[in-house]
Amino acid sequence: MDMMKRVPITEQDAKVRATNFDEVCLGYTEEEAVEEAGRCLNCKNPMCVSGCPVSINIPAFIEQVKNRNFEKAYEIISESSALPAVCGRVCPQESQCEGKCIRGVKGEAVAIGKLERFVADWASEHGVKPQPAKEKNGKKVAVIGSGPAGLTCAGDLARIGYDVTIFEALHEAGGVLVYGIPEFRLPKEKVVAKEVENVKSLGVKIEKNVIIGKSVTIDELMEEEGFEAVFIGSGAGLPKFMGIPGENANGVFSANEYLTRNNLMKAFKQYETPIHAGQKVVVVGGGNVAMDAARTALRLGADVHIVYRRSEAELPARVEEVHHAKEEGVVFNLLTNPTEILVNEDGWVKGIRVIKMELGEPDASGRRRPVEVPGSEFEIEADTVIMSLGTSPNPLITSTTEGLEANKKKCIVADEANGQTSKAGVFAGGDAVTGAATVILAMGAGKAAAKGIHEYLSK
Amino acid sequence: MYSILKAEKLNENIYLMVVKAPRVAKHCLPGQFLIVKTDEEGERIPLTICDYDRQQETVTIVFQPVGASTEAMTALKAGDSFMDVVGPLGNPSELVTDDVEETKKKKILFVAGGVGTAPVYPQVKWLHEHGIDADVIVGAKTKDLIILEKEMEAVAGNLYITTDDGSYGRSGMVTKVIEDLVAEGKQYDVCVSIGPMIMMKFCCLTTKKFNIPTIVSMNPIMVDGTGMCGACRLSVGDEIKFACVDGPEFDGHLINFDEAMKRQQMYKTEEGRALLRLREGKTHHGGCGNCGGDN
Repeated sequence: MDMMKRVPITEQDAKVRATNFDEVCLGYTEEEAVEEAGRCLNCKNPMCVSGCPVSINIPAFIEQVKNRNFEKAYEIISESSALPAVCGRVCPQESQCEGKCIRGVKGEAVAIGKLERFVADWASEHGVKPQPAKEKNGKKVAVIGSGPAGLTCAGDLARIGYDVTIFEALHEAGGVLVYGIPEFRLPKEKVVAKEVENVKSLGVKIEKNVIIGKSVTIDELMEEEGFEAVFIGSGAGLPKFMGIPGENANGVFSANEYLTRNNLMKAFKQYETPIHAGQKVVVVGGGNVAMDAARTALRLGADVHIVYRRSEAELPARVEEVHHAKEEGVVFNLLTNPTEILVNEDGWVKGIRVIKMELGEPDASGRRRPVEVPGSEFEIEADTVIMSLGTSPNPLITSTTEGLEANKKKCIVADEANGQTSKAGVFAGGDAVTGAATVILAMGAGKAAAKGIHEYLSK
Repeated sequence: MYSILKAEKLNENIYLMVVKAPRVAKHCLPGQFLIVKTDEEGERIPLTICDYDRQQETVTIVFQPVGASTEAMTALKAGDSFMDVVGPLGNPSELVTDDVEETKKKKILFVAGGVGTAPVYPQVKWLHEHGIDADVIVGAKTKDLIILEKEMEAVAGNLYITTDDGSYGRSGMVTKVIEDLVAEGKQYDVCVSIGPMIMMKFCCLTTKKFNIPTIVSMNPIMVDGTGMCGACRLSVGDEIKFACVDGPEFDGHLINFDEAMKRQQMYKTEEGRALLRLREGKTHHGGCGNCGGDN
């Protein structure tokens, strides 16, 4: 075999998968995993670990895969990550662990993400669960939100012996893993529900249908319900719109709404919540969420265009997601920006007017600023427009918690090292602090906060 | 699970339920809403809280079946339960959060239409308990569709009932009653109108003529009810507002009702299909080209 190249992964054929919601990537078999693990150089000074926001001991777990000791490999990953089956699927490995892999200098990096996924799936299939704390310390900690940050923080605290309750606003645990990321990228029952069960098996309680700031306040949790510390991992759930004419027309959705109807409410399984699938769909935006919305619309039977104002190089989505979207038939209108949504007399979308862009000088983000090309406007026919322009944190918690500081963008101000906020005993992390980012960064923040809470309560 | 302690049919098409929901009952105030979900496959249904009992930890909801999920709710009895109840959502009515002494100086008119009588009731009751008697107009198509008459009578200053067909109370639309009351010399400082969007629209057009500031409670399509999806967005003056987190009550004279009513229709066909599936089950095999049974 060519050691410069990674063992290829099996995927559902693009034409077939564009019509179903089954997982795209089928994962390594045992033999493939062992072979790929053999490519790891087991570096003395492993760069990959420094690239991992939760510092998984990557060479150690890969070594165990090489030796076919998969249970031990799972134990090693579990020391650092509460959600390996999720991370193996949705982490941007190419810019993290795999981006630092020495193999990647001359050839292809070791497929660390795919190996992590293999180990997690193997453990799930063989009923291997993380081990709960031997002794409880009796101290109660409340975790707000059951997304990646909350699950990680809760799992870490429970392992040390804390009595942890997660409060979730929706009717299902998982946060963005459940309402945001679609089934074909992250299966809900097989992966997310199992990871949530694993966190529960550590002794974590989950109370659903509780909106902090409405159903109960943080002060009440601490003063009346006996919680000694609180972690806020409430995410960034508020959708943005462009503010262009026609945006309130029927058939214009936020990506959050479109994806929530499909993923959380399971419109694709014909549950009762309806979805307007659309025949000709335009998705505005170039992030992972835009790719998810586009590929969902495609699977619901639509012709799909992505309209993005910068060029391919600046697409914020993972390379793999863009590649998959193209393979499946999503059309990319790059360097193009909407100026108006065209509406018919019944109030429904009939198209979208866009203008060509070119790249100018770099802006604050370091990316070249897109500038309109005068006179280059044209129209794209559409019956559905999905706005995927990013999200911001929900101000519900900051507005109902006295002494909790937020910045101009409504993000909670928290110490990066330990999650401490401006309010004693209250910690925060994940998208609620950073604004919309990635699953693994939120997990890293949940981990840091668990450590911070433990230090705070050990004083 | 959230158990249903009482399930009552108020008339042919309107149902009342008392549900055990401790966290909601502890914190809710008039003007707020909650979301119920009957089972695994059901929709998240937003409903205004019509009454609450903090001791018993219960909330009262009143609803009218409009789609598959609300239709399924009509079959629930006392002893059954909802899988999910979440709330309170939205902001309490300004009348209950404003300074009571200031509110006491105001002449308040409520205009309720049909099932909208239910959300008007807790506000009138709250004011009554705080020594403020408001005038209330309750309108419905016909006598049988008037709900909560006795309850409302007990807490309202003057109660004016009107039916479109004249079968009970006054005759004509609620807007006619507003005009009549003003003609009789009544003066109001604020009006609260809750009912079907079309009624609220015309109510606002009428109160605008008389320069009566008017608050409406909007009930657009929602999914999560926490500000996440933006399905419930409305044009209020020059701004886009989310009914779930910015409302549900807004200045009625600033709402773009025509747009809101169009948005209300967005899923009419999809909901119709789901309702047909539910009512006719497997007997509905499609072929009509409309119902989607072919798929």
